[in-house]
Formats: sequence, C-alpha cells, structure tokens
Amino acid sequence: MRLEKRNHTSPAAYVLAPVGAVVFTLIVSALLVLWAGAPVGQTYALLLQGAFGSVFALTETLTRATPLILTGLAAAVAFRARLFNIGAEGQLYAGALAAVAVGGMHGGTGLEWSPYLLFPLMMLAAALAGAALLLGPALMKARLGVDEVVTTLLLNFIMLLLVSALLDGPMKDPLSMGWPQSVALQGDLELSKLVPQTRLHTGLLWAISLAVMLWALLARTVPGFDIRAAGANARAAAFAGVPITRTVVLVALLSGGLAGLAGAIEVAGRTSYVTLDMSPGYGYSGIVIAMLAGLHPLGVIAAGTFVAGVLVGADSMSRAVGVPTYIADVIVATSLIAVLVAGLLTQYRVRWK
Amino acid sequence: MASTNAPVLKLSGITKRFGKLVANDAISLTLARGEVLALLGENGAGKSTLMSILFGHYVADEGSIEVFGQPLPPGQPRAALAAGIGMVHQHFTLADNLTVLDNVLLGSEPLWQPFSRRSVARAKLLAVSQQFGLPVSPDAKVGSLSVGERQRVEILKALYRGARILILDEPTAVLTPQESEALFDTLAQMVAQGLSIIFISHKLGEVLRVSHRVAVLRQGKLVAEAPAQGTTQGQLAQWMVGHAIEAAERRPAKNVGEPICTLTRVSTAPTGRDQLNGVSLSLRAGEIVAIAGVSGNGQVALADVLCGVRAATTGKVTLRGATLQARPAYLVSQGVARIPEDRHAVGVVGDLPVWENAVSERLRGPWFAHPWFRAFWVKRRAARQHAQRVAETFDVRGGGPDAPARALSGGNMQKLILGRALMPPQNGAGNTAPAPQLIVAHQPTWGLDIGAVMFVQQQLITARDNGAAVLLISDDLDEVLALGDRVAVMHDGQLSEARRAEDWTREAIGLAMAGAAH
Repeated sequence: MRLEKRNHTSPAAYVLAPVGAVVFTLIVSALLVLWAGAPVGQTYALLLQGAFGSVFALTETLTRATPLILTGLAAAVAFRARLFNIGAEGQLYAGALAAVAVGGMHGGTGLEWSPYLLFPLMMLAAALAGAALLLGPALMKARLGVDEVVTTLLLNFIMLLLVSALLDGPMKDPLSMGWPQSVALQGDLELSKLVPQTRLHTGLLWAISLAVMLWALLARTVPGFDIRAAGANARAAAFAGVPITRTVVLVALLSGGLAGLAGAIEVAGRTSYVTLDMSPGYGYSGIVIAMLAGLHPLGVIAAGTFVAGVLVGADSMSRAVGVPTYIADVIVATSLIAVLVAGLLTQYRVRWK
Repeated sequence: MASTNAPVLKLSGITKRFGKLVANDAISLTLARGEVLALLGENGAGKSTLMSILFGHYVADEGSIEVFGQPLPPGQPRAALAAGIGMVHQHFTLADNLTVLDNVLLGSEPLWQPFSRRSVARAKLLAVSQQFGLPVSPDAKVGSLSVGERQRVEILKALYRGARILILDEPTAVLTPQESEALFDTLAQMVAQGLSIIFISHKLGEVLRVSHRVAVLRQGKLVAEAPAQGTTQGQLAQWMVGHAIEAAERRPAKNVGEPICTLTRVSTAPTGRDQLNGVSLSLRAGEIVAIAGVSGNGQVALADVLCGVRAATTGKVTLRGATLQARPAYLVSQGVARIPEDRHAVGVVGDLPVWENAVSERLRGPWFAHPWFRAFWVKRRAARQHAQRVAETFDVRGGGPDAPARALSGGNMQKLILGRALMPPQNGAGNTAPAPQLIVAHQPTWGLDIGAVMFVQQQLITARDNGAAVLLISDDLDEVLALGDRVAVMHDGQLSEARRAEDWTREAIGLAMAGAAH
C-alpha cells in the first residue's frame, strides 16, 4: 500500500471527507457499544437526546461548549502560526486567578469601583495573565529556538501548583470551611444568565463573537495574513516582509489571551470562584477542537459544540444504559483521527499495489 | 559504439495516470549495452515519473520493464538496485560529516553484520574508482569536497553497488564547464566498458555531445527518438516544445545611467561555505550585471544582502546614496524587485492562495491598506484586482486566484513572483507606484521550460531597457553570457572585476569559476 499525491482534489471530496469521518466514528464507537452489551440504536438516541434533546440538555451542552470554544480558538490561532501552544490549560487558570484577583476584592478589602469599570478591567487582567504565560515560551522559541511544546506543556504543571499554593494561601476563601477554593467574585461582576433557570450564561455570546472577530482578523487583515504566512512558510513570509518575531508575539498574546478569557468567563459565568478542578482539561480539549475544526475559527464553534454535546450526552446516556461515559472520550478521539485521515485522503490517494 | 545486442533495458508501453493527468502515455524505450541515451523534455513532460517507475518509487498502471532480459518487479526500489540500476540525483544524497568510504558503505551493508568490512570495501572502492577513472580519496570527509567531487562520490556509490545502468539526473547543473568536461570523459570511459547510461538534461548542446541517441518526451508522450548524430539543437527544441523556438536576440544596453546600488567591500558572516568576503560592485541604471559562478561560492549571501534578509557585517551597501536597511519591506518600498533563488521555499507561501501571494510584498505599503487602518485592514477588492492584473500581464496559468500557489507549475510560479516584483500596483485613484529601479534576480530561470525561460529573460531585458538596474545571479553560463552587459565571476566569497561581456571568453570565465587568478 502506498500514498500518491493527488494532482487535483474535487470540491465534493472536501464535503465528503468530514461526512465520511463522522460515519466512520459512529461505526467504530458502535462496535464498543455492542461490546458493552448495549443496543446501539438506543444508545445513540439517548446520547443525542441527552445532548440536544431538551432545553435543559441544550443549555448544558452550550454551557460546556463555552470554555471549549475559547480554548479551541486559543489553539487554532496558535497552530495557524505553527506556535504549538499546549499550555492553554495553565493559561486558563492564570486567567481565572487574575479575574478573581481583580473582581474578588469586595467587602472593603480592595477596589470599590463601579462594576462597569471593574468588569472590563477583570477581563483585561485575565487576558493579559494568559498572554503573559505564553509570551515567555513564544519569545524563547522565536529568539533561541526552544521547543514551545515542552515549555508550554511544563508550564501547565507549574501553573497548577501555583494555583494550589494560592488557594491554600493568600487567595483562600476564609469562609470555605477548609476547602481549597478562592474568594468568590463580586456578585455584580458575574455574567447574566442567557436562559433563566439554567446554567447557560452570556459567556457563550462572548465566545461566539470572539470566534467571528478572530476569523475576520485572520482572513481580512495584514496581521492575519502575517500569522497565516508565518505559519505556512516562515522563510517565504520573512522574504515578503512579514515581521516574524512581532507576529509570534502577537500570536502569543492572542492565544494566551483567549485561553485566559476562557478561565475568566468560567469564573464569571459558572463557578464564581477558582477551584483546582474547575477545568476538566479544557485547555487540552481545545487542541482537539481546533484540529477537528481544521484550525478555522468559525469551525471551532461547531467543533466545540460537538465535543460538548458528546460529553454531556454521554453523561446522561450512561445513566440509562450500561455504557460507561468513557465512550465520550472514545468518540471524540476517534473523530479526531478520522478527520485527520480524511483530510489526508483529500490530498493523497491510496494505491493498493 | 552502440551494440546491436539484446537491449539491457526495455520499457514496454509504460502508462501512468494521476487522476485525469496522464503523466506517461504508453512509453516504450530500449537502452543498449554501452549506450548513452539522453532523455529530454520540459518540466512536467514525464521524465521524473518515468524514472521513478523504473526505480520502483511508483507503480505503472500499464506496461512492463525488462532488465537484462528479466522482468523487473514493479514498485520495489530494492529490486531495481539488485537488477543493476543506479541513480545519481541532481541533489546529492550524501552525509557531509562522513568520509567518502562511509558514504559509499552507508546502506549497502547488511544490518545484522556485526562489524563493517572496511578493508575489503576500501579495496573494492579503489578498484572501481580506478576502473572507471574516478579518482577519490576514501578517507576525505564529504563536507570538504567540491561539488564535482561529490558528484563523483555519488556515481561511485552507484557503481560500487554493481550498477550496470546508470541514470544521471541533470548532472551538469551544478558543475563548472571544466568539471562538466571531466564528467563527459568519465561517461565515455564507462560506456566503453559496457555500462549503459540514461542522461537527463535540458541543455541541448551537451545532450547532443554526450549521447548516442535522444528520446524526447512531451506531455507524457514519447514524441521523438533519434540518433544524436545528425540532429540539431533547433530540432530538439522544437520536439520538446511542439513548435519552433526563436532564440533571444542579444541586445546590448543602450543608455547606461547613474549607479543605483553600490556595494563597497561588503562581507557577511559565513553560513556553511557561503559568505561574502570583501565584495565591491556597482549596479547602474539601464544595465544588466550578470554574476557567474559555481553555486555555493557566495551567491546566496550576495542575493540575501540585496534582498534585505541578511545584513552585511562589514562594508557598505547604498541604494541611491542612502544606506540600505536589511529589511524586505524597506527594500520593496524603495523600488527593489526581488526574485529569490528557491521559488518554492522562499518565493511563495505555497499553502496560501495565488492572489495573496501576488500582493504579499505590497500589503505593508499604502496600496492595499485601508486609509483608516494603515497596515491593518486589507482592501480586498483592490488587492484581488491587482493580483488579477499580475496574472494576466505575466500569463500565470494553471489555477485561479484562489488556488493555493503550491498548485502552480514551476514556470507559472516564477511568473507570479516576477509579476509581483515587477508590476507596480495602482490605487483606487489611478495612481501607479513607480516601476522598480533595481532588480535582483537569483537563478530566475532555474528548472524552467524553454518557453518560460524566454519569457523571464525577456522581462529582465525589458525592465533594463526601461531604466532599471538588473543584477542577475546564475549558474547557467549560457544565460550569463546571453543577458549580461557586464559579467563578474564569484569564487569563494570574492567577486572578480565586472567586465564587459565581450571581454570575457568562456574559458576565462570557467577558470575564474574554478578559482584561478581573476
């Protein structure tokens, strides 16, 4: 078996590739469901119902999708520039801490400013905190050639330990009865609910608008061209006049900033304080979502919703039939592999002899 | 010389399709013992595909191959090697940090043999090198060898493994004229001892000199097969292109003006073997200065300095009197048109669409930026219109404005780069940017087919006649002599005096390329 490069890819292939990937994923996952001894049709129906089948299910899915879209955007913009930011998880926590640091100093302990001033300040602080965490690795990559995969990945652990130290120390909520959690955000800084009686908050609108803005930046502006060109071929980009180091810094600010905002929006919209388990790996899932979306900012909205739907749907499904929730991880992982292979097959054909 | 015995190699009806494209269309060829067969054709004519099939990298859709009367199993490079087919690629596959002997042994010894049998191997290598008149020192590091010597190592590598049929892919592209002569002598010795050679080239003169028979491919078909004797270059060119070719007429510069760009004792830091070492040169308006030389002698550094991607460490570069800043965007704004050597790796961003590549250099100027957000919001319609004009004026075909630049053929890609550099943009108010005043062209016709070569050369001449100063850096001596009003030779980071083209002889240039006193 060998791969030969295609001279021409028909437009239909670009449509068929993701469809084929989904079908493949469903078939592979169905085998596992069968293995678990559950009826395939019913399992998938329950999963779908649990994800999108009611107002409650839908709002839960979209609540879960909000941070995933933001970390997905963080990964997408960085990967477009070939800055492999694996540190969105740490940057998310940095943003969450910064948000609480600015917005949690109420009750006479700190800033008694208007929420209209404090809220933007809080978001800005979160974005800057996330960006600052990525700036070091990005500059080390641009100037010294240090592999950013290693540095950003390891910074995640440093950040988690820092959060742990702060939550047991200076930022510990005195009223938490010994639980390691931060002080809560000032009430008037929390994001309002999008649908009453549910957990869905306006953070979703933030995530969607940021996706649209990021798409416009990448597709319609000179810095966006710089990011795409520097990622695709840095030498040719530099020859055409793209300032490479400045572009890497910009990408670090955008990517880290988006991940930081993911943390702040989780705090302001859902948890209202920082805990060590506030993110079940949103930063890492963002990478999967960005790849599923083909690094396209608008695709990230769909991919984030898909992954959130699978996770939420699997929770509800596993309560009804005896299939473990791990099937969600299998579906997400299989779909990623399938999408990557499908993308390869649009560029190459397989010869069996 | 060509014997009438059974052929050593027989290709029968080889057909290879890539989707709708027929890369090889029922090609049948034979190669006799002791014969040099030249395989001629433009880029994309199917030469590489055919050789890849022969070597087992591709599998033909139809047809069969026989080597010494035995069928060759398809798709197995090992089988091709074992059958005695050796290939010398244009880009060498040698490890610089190993010795000649190690390079020859690399990959030829069984994996599970605990010790390398070096003394046996050395004796065999020396025997082969003597037999075919290819002197080498087995213990020299390949990194210290000249390009001609490295090629010799590549040929020895193939012969050491028992090759009886040798495929040489554009072997003279990297050689000085004298080294090419030495190679031709070697080839003559090899065929005299019964080896057979397939010689791939697009230099018509040398094809007729070294080969016994010429096979011409065009658009995947074998269009002509003729003995070299009695065939003319004009005929070959016509077979290759499909119609008659008019050679570019040499027209000397008429109005040579003021110096546009001056280099004074410029040196750069070394990168590998390539650096500048006290180079002085003056580029004047309305004149083409051509730099000859074997690649790797400082041409890259010279081009880099004048393209703004490398700064001189000492010496002075001035552009119309002002010190040149080592920044591409600055050079573009100052009217410097730059045509890089490697069009795939440096000239275009292959994954981005054609239209963005056509305007990529100008995005930072006033031409396509929204007046309110200078260098931020791209004026898409104006940019696309300019890209459209570039594609039309410079005849860029094979993919619309939204196709990735990667999909363009080499010639069309080069036209795109040329158009981007040479064509001044217009803004909405009808103002046009000034035409470029300095053109830096590094190997602008490398690997292009004849039609594209003519087009590129004509553009450079036209720009010169319109008053631009042109610097042409080329490995191709014919091109240097055809286009250069003044010619200088580069060797080991140093540049000879730039003399009028008429004052040079081919021999003198060849000697200067090899480092003899200028």
